[in-house]
Amino acid sequence: MSKAQRGLRLDRRRHLKQLLAAGGALAVSGCDQLANSPRVTGALGSAENLTYTAQRLLLGRDALAQEYPATDISPHPRSNGSSTPGTDEYNALAADGFRDWRLAVGGLVERPLSLSLDDLRQLPSRTQITRHDCVEGWSYIAKWQGTRLSALLERAGLKPQARYIAFFCMDTLEETLDGTGKYYETIDLRDAMHPQTILAYAMNDRPLPIPYGAPLRLRLERQLGYKMAKYLLRIEALASFAHIDRGKGGFWEDRGYQWYAGI
Amino acid sequence: MEAQAPSVEPQEPLRARERVMQDGRTAVYRHPLPVRVWHWINVLCLLVLIPSGLQILNAHPALYWGKASTFGAPWVAFGSGGDAPAFPSWITLPSWQDLADGRTWHIFFAWIFVASGLAYVIYALASGRIRSTLWPSGRELHGIGRSILDHLRLKFPEGEEARRYNLLQKLSYIAVLFFLLPLMVATGLTMSPGMDARLHFLTELFGGRQSARTIHFLTACALVLFILVHLAAMLAAGPLNEMRSIVTGWFVLARRRREETR
Repeated sequence: MSKAQRGLRLDRRRHLKQLLAAGGALAVSGCDQLANSPRVTGALGSAENLTYTAQRLLLGRDALAQEYPATDISPHPRSNGSSTPGTDEYNALAADGFRDWRLAVGGLVERPLSLSLDDLRQLPSRTQITRHDCVEGWSYIAKWQGTRLSALLERAGLKPQARYIAFFCMDTLEETLDGTGKYYETIDLRDAMHPQTILAYAMNDRPLPIPYGAPLRLRLERQLGYKMAKYLLRIEALASFAHIDRGKGGFWEDRGYQWYAGI
Repeated sequence: MEAQAPSVEPQEPLRARERVMQDGRTAVYRHPLPVRVWHWINVLCLLVLIPSGLQILNAHPALYWGKASTFGAPWVAFGSGGDAPAFPSWITLPSWQDLADGRTWHIFFAWIFVASGLAYVIYALASGRIRSTLWPSGRELHGIGRSILDHLRLKFPEGEEARRYNLLQKLSYIAVLFFLLPLMVATGLTMSPGMDARLHFLTELFGGRQSARTIHFLTACALVLFILVHLAAMLAAGPLNEMRSIVTGWFVLARRRREETR
């Protein structure tokens, strides 16, 4: 092979490499452009409606999430999101065992309520050993005891316009200038009335620990962890959640996550 | 060689779905339209599902066996454990770390993947394609040793034998169609806390949600392996002819050496 031929071959090989690199870069940047377009992610997000409709049809009203024997309880669970609201107010409440804490129940209800932990313990309760599935992919199993949300809502009396239940929390997960970083969540009435939907005040037979949402958190067993708002302060029955923060129905929903987190 | 001859008189009457080309070679219509459409939908789906799946895995790059995670002792932990994502940006969708968008892509294309897969299965059963083209006969199965040896030597069936899928092709397509793809979907559904409320038996079958997640990943790896072998076989067997057959449906049979030297 002559020098010129070898040069040509090397040249060709270099060109091929450049071509492949350019093609790869084009593929990545093309994907990025698509992935960065709100129109594209909006269209892809429409699959959420399909998932919601399909699961509602398949699950029906009362299909129960799997419950486990006590031997399955995870010895080392994990918390996510805020590990404490950390405010002076919260710390003062916690120091006193949440004796002065009250849960406000309002919005589209006939009888607004203000309930202490003791009041909540008097209402019909449920105890369940269930699996907590984080959107990140991990799971742990724990025992939860709490007030049935359906019993609480029956006591408050929902007005006919009510379609969603919103949960407002004491923790701020993201500091923003417009004050939209407070944690909140919304669920529909079918989930609110589900027998396993409870406001848990105990975990593994002890008062709910602070990293897991003391004094009260939502358990919504057929959906992912981020739906289960911790550090509850106020519950409201609503006709729509469009007016809350960025209007998507939850802290993570406002940041691109699905409102229906059954998958 | 009489390349100019319009057609060589065939030994037997032409079958409906084949034609003799000007150069005397025979082209057979090997892939009907639904097969080709499904093939390319799958290409698109896997090009999205695999990188978006790795994006999702990046959110917690560890795998476990059982019902729940044993955080201190995962079965596998990917990456360095530092701030860098376990799977690099060029192989994830989107390229930057974004679990929400990764899930949005993954779930949308999972729906397309499932819907087109179901449509294909209905078509394949109704048309008898599974029995006629995919299911190997007992005689074929006896020749498995020979078939493996031929493949290792990169010797692919030619001429008349290339009309049909060869044995290893049949077996691998059956494994993908009836094992890997359903396993992918079933383990995916098992991870859904909503579906889990209805499909307890699947969770039991896979040994728990975290096992299902691990099997989901391993099955995806098996699919990637299949794709690599599939592409290598295409390159070895004649990329242009293979590509034409999966785009237009027409596959050209090479003449046997005996015929060529006549």
